[in-house]
Amino acid sequence: MNAVNAVEARNTVKAFGQGDSAVRALDDVSVEIRKGEFFTLLGPSGCGKTTLLRLIAGFEMPTSGSILLEGQDITHLPPNRRPVNTVFQSYALFPHLTVAQNIGFGLTMQGRPAREVKETTDRMLALVKLEAMAGRKTSQLSGGQQQRVALARALAPQPKVLLLDEPLSALDLKLRKEMQIELKRLQTETGITFVFVTHDQEEALTMSDRIGVMSAGKLQQVGSAKDIYTRPVNRFVASFIGETNFLPATTVPGGVRLATGDVIELADQAGRSGAVTVTIRPEQLRLCDPAEAGALAATVRTLVYFGTDTHCHLELADGTEVVARLQSPADGEAGLAQGQRVGLRPVPGAARVVED
Amino acid sequence: MAERGFQVARLPGFATTAVLVFIALYLPIFTLVAYSFNASQSVAVWGGFSFGWYEKAWANTQVKEATVRSLIIAVSASGIATTVAALAALGTTRRARFKGQTAIYVMINQPLMVPEIVTAVALLIFFAQIKVATGYQGLGYLILAHSAFCIPFAYLPIRARLEGMDLSLETAAADLYASSWQTFRHVTLPLLLPGIIAGAMLAFVISLDDVVITEFVKSGGQDTLPTYMLGQLRRQLTPEINAISTGLLALTVVLLTAFFLLTRKKE
Ligand SMILES: Nc1ncnc2c1ncn2[C@@H]1O[C@H](COP(=O)(O)OP(=O)(O)OP(=O)(O)O)[C@@H](O)[C@H]1O
Ligand SMILES: [Mg+2]
Repeated sequence: MNAVNAVEARNTVKAFGQGDSAVRALDDVSVEIRKGEFFTLLGPSGCGKTTLLRLIAGFEMPTSGSILLEGQDITHLPPNRRPVNTVFQSYALFPHLTVAQNIGFGLTMQGRPAREVKETTDRMLALVKLEAMAGRKTSQLSGGQQQRVALARALAPQPKVLLLDEPLSALDLKLRKEMQIELKRLQTETGITFVFVTHDQEEALTMSDRIGVMSAGKLQQVGSAKDIYTRPVNRFVASFIGETNFLPATTVPGGVRLATGDVIELADQAGRSGAVTVTIRPEQLRLCDPAEAGALAATVRTLVYFGTDTHCHLELADGTEVVARLQSPADGEAGLAQGQRVGLRPVPGAARVVED
Repeated sequence: MAERGFQVARLPGFATTAVLVFIALYLPIFTLVAYSFNASQSVAVWGGFSFGWYEKAWANTQVKEATVRSLIIAVSASGIATTVAALAALGTTRRARFKGQTAIYVMINQPLMVPEIVTAVALLIFFAQIKVATGYQGLGYLILAHSAFCIPFAYLPIRARLEGMDLSLETAAADLYASSWQTFRHVTLPLLLPGIIAGAMLAFVISLDDVVITEFVKSGGQDTLPTYMLGQLRRQLTPEINAISTGLLALTVVLLTAFFLLTRKKE
């Protein structure tokens, strides 16, 4: 793989408004997106995902910091001079043009010969399986078809990077699942770097090579789905991706002491000492005999049956609530009752210290 | 039946009132059109059917000249007004709100609010000075005056069209390598075209119909169709006036129908 990144943001700050009412949509964000990867920006509404995409596309200029494309500083290049294309959330298809004209628009504007425009358009129509619709107006298409036209239109000029701002959010669940697979296929087939924005963690986990988790204008963590799920760096990332339990604790040599007094062994204390927060995923808690050595004493509060799993809400000795996800036994009976005293044991290595 | 709230159509006498209003609106026009086919000299007493007044009007060189003048003024004025209005609409809508925006709207729409007679007198005096200074006596004054009061009529449909237009289309065009000129040429202008045509037609009809300002601004021998007709009323009234009016009415109806079809929401 080439050492040069497809896109790089260096210490980018984007502030809207002035003085006291200024909003820092992006607060010193630095990220390196590799060539050919499917990179997802994930975060709650208003965290600055769209703003970062708009900076890469050139629709906005950063207040400070810079944007690089394949190592070249493009911070001040207008959008029409950047080899980057966008799939808009609203699709933004041209209503006065046909499907084929929409797809060929970028190439036509670049002044490519008519033959090449036609050939590429036909290839794109085939790629998104819309050959039969070439002559239609975009208003005569279904939502999913419009989505495909938007994709084909953005892919036709063969951009170095494709930016996708929540492209699937307007589709219903079934179509969304189909398009997720379709997008992944297109990305693999074209080899183009995709920067995909979503606030849907499942979508991010299933589609991405790497994910950047954002919150409040800051990039919290960048890594593969597995990295982020199993090794969240802070409380926000741990809670935003998947469900988890947080337990207050203090560090002791080789582990942490929970508020209940129990000690959990930990190889890594994330370089912290004193009062810390420990996180353990619900599926990494096992029930055991309360008398077993090292088991945390807990009381069953509620049981919620989810088919394959049962979520068991428990209360620890100090009153902290935790959830354990247990595999439902074949007969559907967990063999547990409300108020029952049980032992709780984290899978080795499951507990992690996270920053607040 | 479910409670529907206040409905005007349910008030007693609604139907009767509606019919009366429509009669008041259209009966005079029907009468005008009907008497344009009157064989007799009178605009009030029916004397049989004839196309005579149309033939007479057609043969009348004064009518012909006034018609040509009206058309020259209306075409030029609506062209100028529409261009100015389109630029004004692009300047006032495709951007974030700015200070003084309302003041600019008011200024553009000034001709709708200032009494026409005031504008007419002002123009009379203003142009008189220019005429003295330059010696120019041509149709230019009328074209300029018409252009000015046509601007708001051209501006309103264009602005309405622009406001309904998705800004992200232009962003998308820029994203797809279109320069700002290409974006305007290939995206903004084609989408705006129905608004521009509608504005131009409205301006055309308004110019064609104007009496007050024309009467004050025109030099001798510069009668337009409406001012010629006004002049005829002072002499003798024949159904020739009805025939000319009917012709003007037909043209206006055609244009306004086209205007309606163009501004109607598509899809
Ligand atoms: N043009 C603007 N003017 C002022 N504030 C803005 C502007 N654009 C974005 N913001 C603010 O910047 C912050 C980040 O906005 P952004 O659109 O990037 O969020 P997002 O992560 O894309 O959210 P969502 O998931 O809702 O689309 C928000 O607080 C928003 O209100
Ligand atoms: Mg957004």
